[in-house]
Amino acid sequence: MFDGGKIITGLIIFLIIITFPVWYNAVNGQAGERPEIEIATKDTPGKNECVLPADVMRTDHMDLVMQWRDEVVRHDDRTFKTENGREFTKSLTHTCLDCHSNKDAFCDQCHNYVGVDPYCWDCHIVPQDFEKGVK
Amino acid sequence: MIENALKGGKRYWSWIAFLLVIIAVGGLYWLRQFNEGLTITGLNRDVSWGLYIAQFTFMVGVAASAVMVVLPYYLHNYKAFGKITILGEFVAVGACIMCMGFIFVDMGQPFRITNVFLHPSPNSMMFWDTVVLMGYLVLNVLISFVTLHSEKKSIAPPKWIRPIIILSIPWAVSIHTVTAFLYAGLVARPFWMTAVMAPRFLATAFSAGPALLILLALILRKNTKFDTGKEPIQKLAIIVTYAMIMNVFLLLMEIFTAVYSGIPEHLDHFKYLYFGLGENTALVPWMWTSAVLAVIALVLLIVPQFRKNETLLIWGCIAVFISIWIDKGMGMIVTGYIPNPLHTVTEYVPTFPEVMITLMVWALGGLIITGLYKVALSVRKQLV
Amino acid sequence: MGVDRRKFVKIAGAAALGLTAAPPIKLFSSETEEKADTSLCNTATDSCVCKPPEVDPVEQGLKKDPTRWAMVVNLGECRKHEDCKDCILACHETHNVPDFPKKKDEVKWIWKEQFSHAFHEVENEFGDEELNHSPALLLCNHCDNPPCVKVCPTQATWKREQDGIVMMDWHRCIGCRYCLAACPYGSRSFNYRDPRPHIKEINTDFPTRMRGVVEKCTFCDERLAEGKLPACVDACKYGCLTFGDLEDADSKVRELLHSHFTIRRKPGLGTQPEVFYIV
Repeated sequence: MFDGGKIITGLIIFLIIITFPVWYNAVNGQAGERPEIEIATKDTPGKNECVLPADVMRTDHMDLVMQWRDEVVRHDDRTFKTENGREFTKSLTHTCLDCHSNKDAFCDQCHNYVGVDPYCWDCHIVPQDFEKGVK
Repeated sequence: MIENALKGGKRYWSWIAFLLVIIAVGGLYWLRQFNEGLTITGLNRDVSWGLYIAQFTFMVGVAASAVMVVLPYYLHNYKAFGKITILGEFVAVGACIMCMGFIFVDMGQPFRITNVFLHPSPNSMMFWDTVVLMGYLVLNVLISFVTLHSEKKSIAPPKWIRPIIILSIPWAVSIHTVTAFLYAGLVARPFWMTAVMAPRFLATAFSAGPALLILLALILRKNTKFDTGKEPIQKLAIIVTYAMIMNVFLLLMEIFTAVYSGIPEHLDHFKYLYFGLGENTALVPWMWTSAVLAVIALVLLIVPQFRKNETLLIWGCIAVFISIWIDKGMGMIVTGYIPNPLHTVTEYVPTFPEVMITLMVWALGGLIITGLYKVALSVRKQLV
Repeated sequence: MGVDRRKFVKIAGAAALGLTAAPPIKLFSSETEEKADTSLCNTATDSCVCKPPEVDPVEQGLKKDPTRWAMVVNLGECRKHEDCKDCILACHETHNVPDFPKKKDEVKWIWKEQFSHAFHEVENEFGDEELNHSPALLLCNHCDNPPCVKVCPTQATWKREQDGIVMMDWHRCIGCRYCLAACPYGSRSFNYRDPRPHIKEINTDFPTRMRGVVEKCTFCDERLAEGKLPACVDACKYGCLTFGDLEDADSKVRELLHSHFTIRRKPGLGTQPEVFYIV
């Protein structure tokens, strides 16, 4: 093999760089840390129910939000009916954030943890932020 | 084969370093544009396409022009183009990538570009332009590398490549036709609403493209051992000459139709181009430069003694290239927007960051073409 | 992921089925509207006295399908109130339309433009000088044959089947600005920069846009869905703006088109604008 030493050195450097986040967290003692989510819900009787079961929401909320987005914007289809017949307006800022009014402690916790940065908030307004006077 | 692009002398690497510096500086401005938006350009609500799209349109022509060497060589078996064909194909590859680069830097949301494929829209000419441009890039990469590889091994190219080469000929015409259709079918823009746009695009492509190829071949002759010989240069010069005559002829057709009919919606655009509308005269000096260069080019190209004199030919080719670059680029794109649909005038002048981003894409094209030429020359040197 | 997704799709699918039975949207129809309202505007002259609509649109009963929304702008009346910007302000406040310091970045959905510019094909040098210089109210024409829709490479703008509104999907727009090139009315704006810091007062009921997408008037599709009139129509205290369904022979817009001579912008292009002007 030509330049075997160089290739192996290169591969090792590559591995170190690509696994950087893993050992960086390990060294910092942050490995295995999990986000703490606060599930805030509205106390209004009967309102304490999400549009889909919690485990489905946990894994698939992004798909649901995307689906709602397309249905509302592209098909003028604005009402979501749950399995037990309750109706919700398909709205991120109104329906979702109405209950989960604590975006920082709810949405952001996980999103920051997994390092995703949904662009929803570039346009959609978090009403609570505005009440607090944040722009 | 391709590793040859990484071997070279001091001059080669200085040139590469120069291009990389431009790319890096332009890249910083692009990052700024990405963060702040296209507000850092001179574009505005009325003139919403400018320098980037002008370069795009011009480069589609350069890409398409490869057909002017491919067609004689492969279809008519014109042997004199044997050495220069690969140069034409590599220019096409670089130009295609530049086209994509100019579209990319022009987009408001560049990372949503996949939407064009996720939601294909056959009624949009931009969809078709994306399809044909990508196809043309693939065709040229495939053809040039397969034929060069065979050349390296001193064997005949595989048989299956021939139908692909033949396909690339109408495909080259299609990329520029579809690019003309981008503009020519818009009810909002009387200046672009002309059936001769596609033919004229082809004429300008087949003059500016081969003119560039002549210049590149002569630069190679001067700086390397590579020499195409006189014949292909002179043949290309004749192609440039005829295409340039067609271009000027079609331009005069446009002017006649607008001037004789006198329809303000058409005429005002030409007034803006050559005389300005009121105090708005940003393009006037450029357009007259283009016109004067076109005349100089025609004189240098049509008179056989001038054309056969390679020094004069160089100047003729430079004149063709710049004349068309002005006229088909900024002249064509910006004037479509002036006057605007409300018949008022908002002018457009590119900003410094915009120019730097444009230079970045040009340097990127230069880098690709340099690397590919290096590969081609290295293969050829092995043959000698 | 596979199992969860299947479950999700199943649940979502069942929910979607339940939806098809959603009640039809209530909207202002013709039947309850009195002719008295329009009979006041029996001429296209300046003497016309228009009153704001007195009937609550939501009360006006169910809307028949199909719908073809249209607007009639009474320029004769509008012209009398040259400094009035109620409709523009209402629209721009409702939709979080930014107000940029530089004109080159400008975004606008509805605005006033000199008549001779808006209708330059009918300009007459010996015509009424006052008319030529008077302001005309411009907005997206929601063309029946929209050139902007034809050119969009991602279907981020499209004509809504059920009511002819030319819609915008700001999630999908790639910001290529081909639609700005294609619109013969200059109705589209591009966000050359982030609009949020330049919105005076944010309406939390409506999203803002992000930099790099195109926007324009959508005939207030979000208000129509709630049975409300477009914000501009609602805001005009002189009743210069009339909104309604062209498919409905008894609608107020049809009546106005019947009783008045109306013009549209650049009719020769075949785009069939749905915004009509009483001069």
